[in-house]
Amino acid sequence: MAQTITQKILSRAANRKFVDAGENVWLNVDILLTHDVCGPPTFDIFNQEFGLGAKVWDPEKIVVLPDHYIFTANEHARRNIDLLRKFAAEQHLPHYYDVGSERYKGVCHVALAEEGFNIPGTVLFGTDSHTCTSGAFGMFGSGIGNTDAAFILGTGKLWEKVPESMKFTFDGQMPAYLTAKDLILQILGDIGTDGATYRALEFDGDAIHSLPMEERMTLTNMAIEAGGMNGIIAVDEVTEAFVKARTTKSYEIFHSDPDAKYHSLYRYDASKLEPVVAKPHSPDNRATVRSVAGTPITKSYIGSCTGGKLTDFKMAARILNGRKVAVTTNIVPATVQVARDLEQEMHDGKTLKQIFMEAGCNIALPSCAACLGGPADTVGRSVDHDVVVSTTNRNFPGRMGSKNAEVYLASPLTAAASAITGKLTDPRDFI
Amino acid sequence: MESIIQGKAFVLGKNIDTDQIIPAEHLVYSLSDPEEVKLYGKYALSGVPPAQSGLPEGNIPFVREGSFKSDYTIIIAAENFGCGSSREHAPFSLQVAGVKAIIAESYARIFYRNCVDGGFVIPYETAEHLAEVVKTGDELKIDIKANTLENLTAGKTYTLNPLGDVFSIVEAGGIFAYARQENLMNRTDS
Ligand code: SF4
Repeated sequence: MAQTITQKILSRAANRKFVDAGENVWLNVDILLTHDVCGPPTFDIFNQEFGLGAKVWDPEKIVVLPDHYIFTANEHARRNIDLLRKFAAEQHLPHYYDVGSERYKGVCHVALAEEGFNIPGTVLFGTDSHTCTSGAFGMFGSGIGNTDAAFILGTGKLWEKVPESMKFTFDGQMPAYLTAKDLILQILGDIGTDGATYRALEFDGDAIHSLPMEERMTLTNMAIEAGGMNGIIAVDEVTEAFVKARTTKSYEIFHSDPDAKYHSLYRYDASKLEPVVAKPHSPDNRATVRSVAGTPITKSYIGSCTGGKLTDFKMAARILNGRKVAVTTNIVPATVQVARDLEQEMHDGKTLKQIFMEAGCNIALPSCAACLGGPADTVGRSVDHDVVVSTTNRNFPGRMGSKNAEVYLASPLTAAASAITGKLTDPRDFI
Repeated sequence: MESIIQGKAFVLGKNIDTDQIIPAEHLVYSLSDPEEVKLYGKYALSGVPPAQSGLPEGNIPFVREGSFKSDYTIIIAAENFGCGSSREHAPFSLQVAGVKAIIAESYARIFYRNCVDGGFVIPYETAEHLAEVVKTGDELKIDIKANTLENLTAGKTYTLNPLGDVFSIVEAGGIFAYARQENLMNRTDS
């Protein structure tokens, strides 16, 4: 029977030849990811259910990456880190990346990729809704809650309903002013925030396969914004080169069968698409940047698992180079590695960091920071009636801090162009 | 499991995301310390913009100032309830506030799983546009066996979608109880 790539991966994890969309199956989990917000309650549930002193199913398969509330004086947030540290020590978890140590990484989804945990064909669950990001590597990644994570911690298994797949094909060439962020905001505007609930979003086409891994991760990252269970892109040479540079593990590559059944098929010509934003207060509230150009903003924010990777900053630097920002602009590298890269990567004879400093941006320490608001002392947190243009993935009321703030989700090009003018600005004005 | 859930309705619109259910700044409290747990009740649904809170009129706080419990037992909402982050604190905070069931037109997957697997509240789906006809404060009664909702205030009865595959997990009280019952927690099986 014909299967999609998602079905094939789940078949493998269920020790089956075929799984059908809609079936509930028990999966063997390859990696469980957790962080500082959901780790401590997950460990609590684990200890309650399996007993104090119980051992996790496989320490090698558990990755703990604190990233959410890192650089804060908030006592409760600091206690969460202590709880992670304690559990990691008790269980001898080799993949714990402690805050304040040389091992600290930053935003979990980006760090997973950097550290070689994303392996094609495998099943990853994480206590974070953007675990779908890893689907860019031809694997299944999906978010779960603490109870499910605690269940995996003890058993290595979880039930899941096999999703139907929706296929989004982007033909043609990506214009220089267009980014993966524009593609996914385009899709969200077309299908809505519940347009893919309980489904897989499969991305394909020449334009997709021309993208570097980090841009692909921006696409799969926001599958959850359509309610998707996972986002997925088949492995190609770009994927293999990235993976092989970071791990020696062997892996299996799956492709969708030509006659696999899809819930629906969407086709776009990338060369005809325009830069877009999601207006407040929903990621599907799409508008072309041109149609909202001139809207005054008070802040620009370039960061998060969606828009805080090296490629995002390279794009922003193209526009910020030699110019000054008109509003507070926060540059928040997703990880320590990205922060280092800002000091190495050159553009026009300068490092990206120099370009940002000269433009008058604030460069923050790597973490989730204001992507989700966070404690009151979080860098970049929106206040009062801020109007923020942001490369993050959510603009729900209050998401970046203030309930009265308005957030426009945009590409790093649009966020940079708008930072310079202090108004929403189409990046084509600068490219 | 009880077979009847009865109480007052709290009505919300569509796309109620987890940041509205429990804003991120509150995620730092312990989920096991009894004193801190109460705070999840206090701040449940505190992120909903006031005009959307307690429809049709709005401006009704879900939890009264100074209280840790809500007067409302059943949440009625439109589509895509619980979208956004994976925070299990969301269904948990509703449970702590005293909610027993939610009836929505649809749910986001992670929230739905969390409700079921954590045994926090029962997430019912229905094809009826209840958010347009039920008023906050109406007295409601859910018959779990019959899959019906009765609005005692308005004298109307509606059909709820059967819980289907997940009923056995709901009935057991969560994934752990279910797995024990079905002998699924043996780690060496495969
Ligand atoms: S950067 Fe934002 S979206 Fe990404 S994991 Fe952190 S809080 Fe979540």
